[in-house]
Amino acid sequence: MRDFGLVDVGLLLQAARWTVLLSLLAFVGGGILGAIITLMRISRFALLRTIAGGYILLLQGTPLLMQIFLAYFGLGLLGVDLPPVMAAGLAFTTYAGAFFAEIWRGTIESIPKPQWEGAASLGLNRFEQLYYVIIPQAARIALAPTVGFLVQIVKNTSLAALIGFTDLARASQLINNVTFQPFHVFGVAAAIYFALCYPISLLARSFERRLHVGR
Amino acid sequence: MNYQFQFEFTPDDWAMLLDGAFRTLLYSSLGMVVGLSVGIVGAVWRNSHVRLLRVIAGSYVEFVRNTPLLIQLLLVFFGLPALGVRLSADQAAIVALTFNFGAYATEIVRAGIEAVPRGQIEAGQAMGLTWFEIFRHIVILPGIERVYPALISQFTLLMLGSSIASAIGANELTSAANAIQSRNFRSFEVYTVATFAYLGLTLLFRMGFHWLGYVIFPRRRVIGIAATKVR
Repeated sequence: MRDFGLVDVGLLLQAARWTVLLSLLAFVGGGILGAIITLMRISRFALLRTIAGGYILLLQGTPLLMQIFLAYFGLGLLGVDLPPVMAAGLAFTTYAGAFFAEIWRGTIESIPKPQWEGAASLGLNRFEQLYYVIIPQAARIALAPTVGFLVQIVKNTSLAALIGFTDLARASQLINNVTFQPFHVFGVAAAIYFALCYPISLLARSFERRLHVGR
Repeated sequence: MNYQFQFEFTPDDWAMLLDGAFRTLLYSSLGMVVGLSVGIVGAVWRNSHVRLLRVIAGSYVEFVRNTPLLIQLLLVFFGLPALGVRLSADQAAIVALTFNFGAYATEIVRAGIEAVPRGQIEAGQAMGLTWFEIFRHIVILPGIERVYPALISQFTLLMLGSSIASAIGANELTSAANAIQSRNFRSFEVYTVATFAYLGLTLLFRMGFHWLGYVIFPRRRVIGIAATKVR
């Protein structure tokens, strides 16, 4: 037993770097996967639409914790001995991909149909219509919810602690085991998460406000 | 890959999973009902004339929305006993889930309340309704009706999030899966079954609440029919 002190705050801050890294991994990986799923979701081929819809339903209809467990234990079965950070990164990528796809599909569908038709009448093919006409308009609307979802990602990386990844949440559990001052330890951990998430929340809100002014 | 998948669990295991699924449903429903009440109070506070109430409700919402549920669970389960409040893992899970859902419900209900046109409230006053009658019939019910879909998807997230309560050893579906896999070492199979159980619960929720929406809000039924006719 020892008392919770500044050293522990330092340890928590160091562990927070892993939280940031995992969040970035999930954001980038999820963004790329989400873009692919979005394209499939708005495709003209029913099969692709169905696959993307099923993927989103499966990932949004099951707990992230289960997805992390399945990635961790499932990959182990395949003989791939991945460290927890990779298993967690994979789980977060597939999870974030599903949510991004759903956000972006919504914004693309909110663009009025005549925009597509107008672009088509200019002789653009479907990809060019999307790239030059639809996405520039949809991106403006998508900005706020996309940044907002980043907060969810940062918070949810705490679940990686449950497969033994030493991020901020797990570090706080470990320090609590030594000091047994739960209020201090988890209070500081909560404060660090808050310091990470709150600026992003404010950013998302300001984007949202700017969008409404623009209208 | 020479691994034989084995989904044959003992009847005891199935009973445990079923019990876990039931508890998941129970705890998240409790969190929803109590959390929604907290949310209604919180939404009123956020629009209150009293500055202190606005600040309290505002900080509550910001704290919950910007910290992970796992940390909130750990704070309730390990932190409250330090203050002299001793809770079992299950009780702590219910408290934390309620605390969490209450903040999201506050924001959602607030959006619904703010969307109620000012003129309707004035019309209610002109008809001589009491403050409470106006609040109930003109502000809260139509307000919640407007944000009902958002409330339901937040509730689904709460139900899925309740799996995190396994981290403090609350008895729900994920802990049941944890316990079984530690006995038979078939972790992948057990978690797959649990995952589909959650998916089943999600689909059940969506259908159940869709139907419930028509029962609670009779107007929704009429509007819904009108909307399909226009289309």
